[in-house]
Amino acid sequence: MQHYNMNLTLKVWRQRSNKVKGHFESFQVKNISSEMSFLEMFDVLNEQLVAEGKDPIAFDHDCREGICGMCSMYINGRAHGPWTQNTTCQLHMREYKDGDTIVVEPWRAESFPVIRDLVVDRSAFDRIIGAGGYVSVNTGNAVDANSLPIEKQKADEAFAAASCIGCGACVAACPNASAMLFVSAKIAHLALLPQGEPERKNRAVNMIQQMDTEGFGSCTNIGACEAECPKGISLENIARLNREYVGAIFSGSNNG
Amino acid sequence: MALDSKIPAGKMDEKWGKYKSTCKLVNPANKRQLEIIVVGTGLAGASAAASLGEMGYKVKAFCFQDSPRRAHSIAAQGGINAAKNYQNDGDSTYRLFYDTIKGGDYRAREGNVHRLAEVSTNIIDQCVAQGVPFAREYGGLLSNRSFGGTQVQRTFYAAGQTGQQLLIGAYQALERQVALGNVTMYARHEMLDVVKIDGKARGIIARNLVNGELERHFGHAVLLCTGGYGNVFYLSTNAMGSNVTAAWKAHRKGAFFGNPCFTQIHPTCIPVSGDHQSKLTLMSESLRNDGRIWVPKKQGDNRKPGDIPEEERDYYLERRYPAFGNLVPRDVASRAAKERCDAGYGVGSSKMAVYLDFAAAIERYGKIEANKQGKSNLDKDAVIALGKDVVKEKYGNLFDMYAKITGENPYEVPMRIYPAVHYTMGGLWVDYELMTTVPNLYALGEANFSDHGANRLGASALMQGLADGYFVIPYTLGNNLADDIRTKSIPTDHPAFIAAEKEVSDRINKLMSIKGKESVESFHKRLGKIMWDKCGMGRNAEGLKHAIKEIQQLRKDFWSNVRIPGEVNEFNPELDKAGRVADFLELGELMCIDALDREESCGGHFREEFQTEEGEALRDDEKFMYVSAWEFKGDSQYELHKEELKYEIVHPSARSYK
Ligand SMILES: Cc1cc2nc3c(=O)[nH]c(=O)nc-3n(C[C@H](O)[C@H](O)[C@H](O)COP(=O)(O)OP(=O)(O)OC[C@H]3O[C@@H](n4cnc5c(N)ncnc54)[C@H](O)[C@@H]3O)c2cc1C
Ligand code: SF4
Ligand code: FES
Repeated sequence: MQHYNMNLTLKVWRQRSNKVKGHFESFQVKNISSEMSFLEMFDVLNEQLVAEGKDPIAFDHDCREGICGMCSMYINGRAHGPWTQNTTCQLHMREYKDGDTIVVEPWRAESFPVIRDLVVDRSAFDRIIGAGGYVSVNTGNAVDANSLPIEKQKADEAFAAASCIGCGACVAACPNASAMLFVSAKIAHLALLPQGEPERKNRAVNMIQQMDTEGFGSCTNIGACEAECPKGISLENIARLNREYVGAIFSGSNNG
Repeated sequence: MALDSKIPAGKMDEKWGKYKSTCKLVNPANKRQLEIIVVGTGLAGASAAASLGEMGYKVKAFCFQDSPRRAHSIAAQGGINAAKNYQNDGDSTYRLFYDTIKGGDYRAREGNVHRLAEVSTNIIDQCVAQGVPFAREYGGLLSNRSFGGTQVQRTFYAAGQTGQQLLIGAYQALERQVALGNVTMYARHEMLDVVKIDGKARGIIARNLVNGELERHFGHAVLLCTGGYGNVFYLSTNAMGSNVTAAWKAHRKGAFFGNPCFTQIHPTCIPVSGDHQSKLTLMSESLRNDGRIWVPKKQGDNRKPGDIPEEERDYYLERRYPAFGNLVPRDVASRAAKERCDAGYGVGSSKMAVYLDFAAAIERYGKIEANKQGKSNLDKDAVIALGKDVVKEKYGNLFDMYAKITGENPYEVPMRIYPAVHYTMGGLWVDYELMTTVPNLYALGEANFSDHGANRLGASALMQGLADGYFVIPYTLGNNLADDIRTKSIPTDHPAFIAAEKEVSDRINKLMSIKGKESVESFHKRLGKIMWDKCGMGRNAEGLKHAIKEIQQLRKDFWSNVRIPGEVNEFNPELDKAGRVADFLELGELMCIDALDREESCGGHFREEFQTEEGEALRDDEKFMYVSAWEFKGDSQYELHKEELKYEIVHPSARSYK
């Protein structure tokens, strides 16, 4: 890999809190190495701002390994930027060349209010999980793990659905700000496993109800979520969710 | 104060069973009156909070990220150990116990470690019941792999995302309790002090990171599940936010700090690429199952790896440690890599790297696969293509991550790796019940010092975190709180709460008022460099003494010249970070003091003055078979207390992997 340095123009969304209006602000950054990660480039910019006595740009991040789901930038019109199946923190600067302009915004969705700059509140996702995204098993009651063999293919499919990192890119990418991909991934993960079977119907109904309560939009099968999902969560999960939901409604969930 | 580890009497394999059946219990009506604060929602905290909520306690849980699911545990890759013996390869509770004691270089407590090995099997059962999708064989049963420092296959895994799947399991259990009203969750909150009343921990001061407000929270007991402090080195494999603040505040309030210098440097991480680097990325130890580590036999060899013929490669781990080869424990593998690079055999542009090569594994798997498919006459390229598919299935996400970061394709060219700070065996000193030296203050998971001695074996941190949270604290907390059922909730206008809040607020205001010239980040980097150079993989008395002086000076600079932008009462990540770095600047000094005191080499602690002629660590059991528990006595003043270690079952011997 040939390394090079570049100068860039950044247009970044600034918003001090959710009580005030936001705006774009432009910055110049110099000598950015192609080996840096996108967030390291932001670190450089923030150091520069601190040195100039200005407020650094607030952004969420933690693991910087593409697994915690905390980073969340909307880069040149795409959730998590241009690379497929990738998080913001794993995007690297070799994608860009000298002189480029990069526009960076927060996730935009009513259910994800802005906290500051690029930081949004995604606690709605936690409440959706709380509505049914679990198996009701208290600590200490489990039987031997190998007493219930699970077909490898099913286990692998459940794993693929379970690899969702709860980042919210699917919502940000969706013109309707729907959370269907996120919700369907959890429902599929648990529906595919025998452990999830007993609560299957209630789970689908309750999670969808919570999703509506949180104000997420409805799904009209656009597919932008799948295209931007960093973990390759597939639209098939949404189809499965619809089957689960319809099944639950028709057979009557014991949800009262 | 004499340290009492409270190990129950009796035979090693009966201690925990007896404890469980004789410990005091709290009845359900009383549990509802008891409030528990759980700080941290990683594997240790989420499992504890969920379990205690299920049992009927009133729980408040805290984390600084935006959701409990994002705790650093999420990043664990390789797997979790359990003595299930599903592979029928001779594993047992005893063997896991023995491997852990030996792996820890005889600096861990036998009683604790035996309990850990006993409950390891329950963890797997619990997680599977929650729907954790562990890897499975075609027959539908759970799959295992091996990890360093062991000769059996006892590691359960979910591709390279084991921590994620385990944490999501615990997180879902936690959210279920939140929805039921048994746990109240405070995300984007940072605990900044412990509140003590009549000598007992009775609450915390937390800062709401969204609006900067300080909050007082009462609890009959406080559980710190706040993770490790590897970020004192600035560069580490830990998440950016991982910090020592909660443990350090507790330390300043009377909790002894155990073995602070015991740090694990992980052998297989992506090497540093430049000054801009903000963190280092681990390449899971599971890769050492199939990858072979080598450097050129010739110093300063600049040829491409593919151009270096087999006989000119030095597979130095296989050469030095034929019995364990590439699967020696981490401390041994890391030192061996450093030794080769320091001697001038390193590779890559920085020359501070070694190769981790999958070519042989790809070919081997390709042949097996071709046989399985009954294709005996495939050409070499076709075999290799098959082999790549197998490797992809096992390690695909790790290979992808490597490619994204380095821009190189690890299926074609060997990975370049180098050791990096990864885990801290040290932490708050706790007794068998996980209580610190402050009554009613507990520490779980990586935040405590307990089970790994001077070196942790791979896949054992996840095991310990979940053991502490699911299976230990539910018993030991009750045993203590049974005597506390008459204590009513203490209103938070109690003078102790007011005083603690004032202390926190004064410190924040002091930080903000410095208005100096240097950024928090820059101070953190400077501290990290001192720690890495002088208290890292190799340590010596002279360097450590220097480091102590340098850190003291750096701390002075920090408190007179740090620049923190923004305001106190708003979302201000620079201020959050300043508080954490200020605490690291105190911890770093204690780590050096501890490393200086321990005049021996054991596990991850390598004192250059104490080594064998072959460069192996030289332990001194006569003088140092103790846990160092440090008491805070004022700035830069620490008093050492020793907990002598007694080995009843395993007899300490020179640790050999040859
Ligand atoms: C890259 C990587 C890979 C790893 N892979 C493995 C593996 O394969 N197998 C294995 O066994 N181990 C592995 N480990 C080690 C293991 O992941 C950790 O030791 C373990 O997950 C720690 O869990 P924990 O619950 O103690 O703390 P953490 O998961 O670190 O959680 C800490 C929690 O405390 C909270 N917190 C901290 N301070 C405060 C505060 N002041 N106020 C409020 N909240 C606070 C945080 O928000 C977080 O919720 C790995 C580690 C790394 C870095
Ligand atoms: S489905 Fe994909 S995009 Fe949506 S939250 Fe999960 S990982 Fe993120
Ligand atoms: S910072 Fe964790 S996924 Fe990006």
